[in-house]
Amino acid sequence: MNDHISSAYDRDLEVITTLIVKMGGLVEDAITNAARSLGDRDVELAEVVRKADKAIDALEEQINEEAARTIALRAPVSKDLRAILTVLRLAASLERIGDYAKNIAKRTSVLVEMAPVSGSDAALRRMAREVEGMLKDTLDAYVRGDARLAEEVRQRDQEVDQMYNALFREFLTFMMEDPRNITACMHLHFMAKNIERMGDLTTNMAEQVIYLVTGVMPDEARPKGDRTSYVSDAR
Amino acid sequence: MKGPVLTETTLSLIAAIPMPVLVIGQDERIRATNPALDAILGRDLTGKHHITALRQPGVIDAIARVRGSGGAASVRFVSRDRDKDTPYLVHITAASNDIVLCLEDQSAAEDVGKMRRDFVANVSHELRTPLTALLGFIETLGGAARDDATARARFLGIMAHEAERMTRLVDDLLSLSRVEEDERVRPRELVDLCGLLASVIKGLEPQAAAADVTVRLDLARDVMRVPGDAGQLTQVFANLIENGIKYGGSGKELVITLHEPTNHLRLRGQGVQISVTDKGDGIASHHIARLTERFYRVDTHRSREVGGTGLGLAIVKHIVNRHRGHLLIESELGQGTRVSIFLPVESLS
Repeated sequence: MNDHISSAYDRDLEVITTLIVKMGGLVEDAITNAARSLGDRDVELAEVVRKADKAIDALEEQINEEAARTIALRAPVSKDLRAILTVLRLAASLERIGDYAKNIAKRTSVLVEMAPVSGSDAALRRMAREVEGMLKDTLDAYVRGDARLAEEVRQRDQEVDQMYNALFREFLTFMMEDPRNITACMHLHFMAKNIERMGDLTTNMAEQVIYLVTGVMPDEARPKGDRTSYVSDAR
Repeated sequence: MKGPVLTETTLSLIAAIPMPVLVIGQDERIRATNPALDAILGRDLTGKHHITALRQPGVIDAIARVRGSGGAASVRFVSRDRDKDTPYLVHITAASNDIVLCLEDQSAAEDVGKMRRDFVANVSHELRTPLTALLGFIETLGGAARDDATARARFLGIMAHEAERMTRLVDDLLSLSRVEEDERVRPRELVDLCGLLASVIKGLEPQAAAADVTVRLDLARDVMRVPGDAGQLTQVFANLIENGIKYGGSGKELVITLHEPTNHLRLRGQGVQISVTDKGDGIASHHIARLTERFYRVDTHRSREVGGTGLGLAIVKHIVNRHRGHLLIESELGQGTRVSIFLPVESLS
């Protein structure tokens, strides 16, 4: 790091890195709080998540500007360019994850008005926790430049997919049992889908980290577990 | 902007603090950490920007506040390692141009709160189940089954059973709170363990016969006097032998052994070991550490079926503690279980 090139560019990159890590921290919090607000039926916490999304969006904006400025001024090449491009992609994914968390919080505000659907809160919470753990490890992998940890995250997405499959079937069953469950179950299903998408985005981020560290994009040999597109009925 | 380099002495002083400590310099970079902190956040943090190391918005905002206004702040920080969350209270203090973070582990405090909540929830739940059954049967007896003699007899039998279960639970709760109350009062009288064991076994004979279990007593001595509370020790052995019959009964044999007193490290002196050994199904290792927790059950359904309250081993542990003794549970799946109590032979005072 102390060679002659480390200079203005490195300082710029560090500023951007700090911003992205800060953004990551906010998104981690958003997932935790969104899941908690659902589990505890806490409307105020849901409101906190919705407000926090503004800060996440603002940070993305700032990262985009800083990155554009750095590219324009320093004209980075090879690994340096890769570092900037990675940051841009990470920021975009984080912003999307933040949006999903906000959407969960919005639906929570609606759901608390309805009778709870037994057991599904806990399952959604477990799923959210898994994704949050994946995001934490991805951010850690990014900060430490640890491609192995990122690769491990990539493999874990399958578990989230499986949890989503199980919930999908569960909601179908609930809805067939009693049509009064349909409204609540539709909201819960969208929440589950949101969390599943968060898992996918986190996996993309992990792939970006691998690309940043190794210079090679990992191949498609990733286990996939979402099979609900083939489900025709609950049996 | 960097400020003077921290001296060897300062660094070694920081390293010697048992609490996790992190020092942030004027340039927002980490100037120093100690091993306790490295264990939480990872090594080689010195020189990195604090945001990359800490990341959690609550802490970062608080650092910015302290940086802006001086003074101090305390915020929550959760370190996450796989499935285990450890909550910390982070004390942030401005010290000349630096900012010092001290992490205080909150898990013990939060665990106590959680245990208390769980306890109340458990007791309510345990009492509600038999009560619901009782109310249900009372309703049926008052209505549909009013004139049905066969149903009445059967329902009254179930009601008696449920009421007994509640009584047992309340008894156990009371004796648990009594034992806890005088846990610090050492027992003064001398008790003969051999006579005590024999009378406990005699009392449980009908139960053993019903479960088709042979209870064998194996004594290294004819008389073994230890300082103790006869009533409480009776409760301990009755509990252990009853457990052996209930849960280790498939082994058909229960051996109670009183060993020759020897020097025991755990007791820091002469102690006698009494073991209750069954050849039943055994207990999986991940359950063993938690067996003495209140209401912890390896198999909830089975325990209720045989009338367990989930408090037996918690009571045993407290009584053994009062006697300055030691409880040891060893088990292997499919081989059986051995529960041993070590009691000091002479009072230390």
